[in-house]
Amino acid sequence: MTSIVFNSVTVTRPLPRSGLQSGDDTGLIDLSPQPNLARRKSARARWHRVMLRATMPLVILLIWQLASTFGLVTPEVLPSPSDIGSAFAELVRLGDLQAALPVSLGRALTGLAIGGTTGLAIGLFAGLWRIGEGLFDAPLQMLRTIPFIALVPLFITWFGIGELAKLMVIIAATIFPMYLNTYAGVRGVDPKLIEAASIFGLSHRHTAWHVILPTALPSILVGLRYASGAALLALVVAEQINASSGIGYILNNANMNQRSDIIIAGILVYAALGIAIDLLMRMVEHLALPWRAKLVLA
Amino acid sequence: MSSPDHAVELHQVRRVFGERAVLDGFELTIRSAEFVAVLGPSGTGKTTLLRLLSGLDQADAGSVRVARRRSVVFQEPRLVPAKRVWQNVVLGQRGSAARQQAVAALTEVGLADHVDAWPKTLSGGEAQRVAVARAMVHEPGLLLLDEPFASLDALTRIRMHELVAQLWQRHRPAVVLVTHDVDEAILLADRVIVLSHGCVTLDLPIGIPRPRGRTGRQFAELRASLLSKLGVLVH
Ligand SMILES: Nc1ncnc2c1ncn2[C@@H]1O[C@H](COP(=O)(O)OP(=O)(O)OP(=O)(O)O)[C@@H](O)[C@H]1O
Ligand SMILES: [Mg+2]
Repeated sequence: MTSIVFNSVTVTRPLPRSGLQSGDDTGLIDLSPQPNLARRKSARARWHRVMLRATMPLVILLIWQLASTFGLVTPEVLPSPSDIGSAFAELVRLGDLQAALPVSLGRALTGLAIGGTTGLAIGLFAGLWRIGEGLFDAPLQMLRTIPFIALVPLFITWFGIGELAKLMVIIAATIFPMYLNTYAGVRGVDPKLIEAASIFGLSHRHTAWHVILPTALPSILVGLRYASGAALLALVVAEQINASSGIGYILNNANMNQRSDIIIAGILVYAALGIAIDLLMRMVEHLALPWRAKLVLA
Repeated sequence: MSSPDHAVELHQVRRVFGERAVLDGFELTIRSAEFVAVLGPSGTGKTTLLRLLSGLDQADAGSVRVARRRSVVFQEPRLVPAKRVWQNVVLGQRGSAARQQAVAALTEVGLADHVDAWPKTLSGGEAQRVAVARAMVHEPGLLLLDEPFASLDALTRIRMHELVAQLWQRHRPAVVLVTHDVDEAILLADRVIVLSHGCVTLDLPIGIPRPRGRTGRQFAELRASLLSKLGVLVH
């Protein structure tokens, strides 16, 4: 009846394969599921990946140990891995580490709690309300360009060399990542979703609670992860300020006694803290975002 | 003057973007429970009209009177990815009563098995059916559909036509369906209007008795006259 004619479907030829692949090009490849084999294969592949990643660190450790054993580096400059191990054991045996860890963790977490909550609150205020954006966004975007480490001397003159200055450095370091990601997350919510919510009669409060916040949560949690990283970094810097307790205190003492083995052991404790915090944050994300976890694990 | 058995009364409506009046002197009356399909070339203001009817946008002049309860199904499902399917249907409500309501609406669109699914795990057609359930759960007096099936495959679209026809017959809202599919318009609507140059250029009642099929002389004639009005040549 009509003059509209649909094009017949044309079958396109597959793209030519690269010449690197040997074997016949015309045959079929088998993609049918092979559950047992596939699982065993992927387990083996994962094992291979782990081995591959472990190779370089192990090689370096080995060279380091050998270099120390044969006297190529002096222990005052770089103690051997086994020396560091025994320094670590010494810290544990004397109870220094057990005393220092809670103090340092407490500082980091208190700072993170205060700075993170502040950043979250300001980010939500600026993201959800125009007044908040007008009041806070420009100043914070300017302030965030200041590296928080540059504030340390100022904070010392303001707050002294006690706990308060340390806490303030950590707070200053954590506010911004939390603020930026919260604000971006709230602003990044698809306006079409907000429109739909208004069609279905949701009040502003309900829209914020049921649509905007859940949708912005991934970004907020990224902010929390960055803020925890920043808290740890700030902790290290803050504990350089005349620490009388904590990991920084151990490092200071070791520094005065020229014990580089203990210094390195202390640095490794910081590193372990960093890894632990990152793992914890990933777990929180996994639990808080079940609707995304499926996609990630698929 | 407004009448209780009207779902839409537009009078001398004007909507301007920059210099251009997309709707100008626009008149439209829709009775309650009437099914109206809106056709028209791209960019003639169909979405603009729907946004005025939904209350998302305001007209620049004229009077716009619409039913109090309105629902929209957009071209995309617009589901909140962080909420389960049933929570999306009764967005903003909680509790077992809300859940029961959602389950009932989802059962009506054939998604009883997906009540607790996350939106991202749904197919395109399923997601759009959730959007339909969400629209129906508010028992709208005016249901606004903006090319809701445009992105679906042909078979799914046929099922969606049946679903919409059923829901309309059961709940009797007035419906405004924006579409590019002439067949869809004739199959579903009591009345097809064609928009161009800011106003209604054709207002065609569809007298074919229901249930309707795509065959028959009447269908072919209506189809031909609508296509020619839309500028498509028909032999
Ligand atoms: N927010 C806006 N700002 C400026 N111009 C707009 C806006 N919304 C729509 N327009 C213009 O109004 C005209 C009508 O747009 P509308 O979206 O209503 O068309 P439509 O009939 O729905 O088209 P389609 O069939 O392609 O969806 C278009 O020319 C468009 O560019
Ligand atoms: Mg449109």
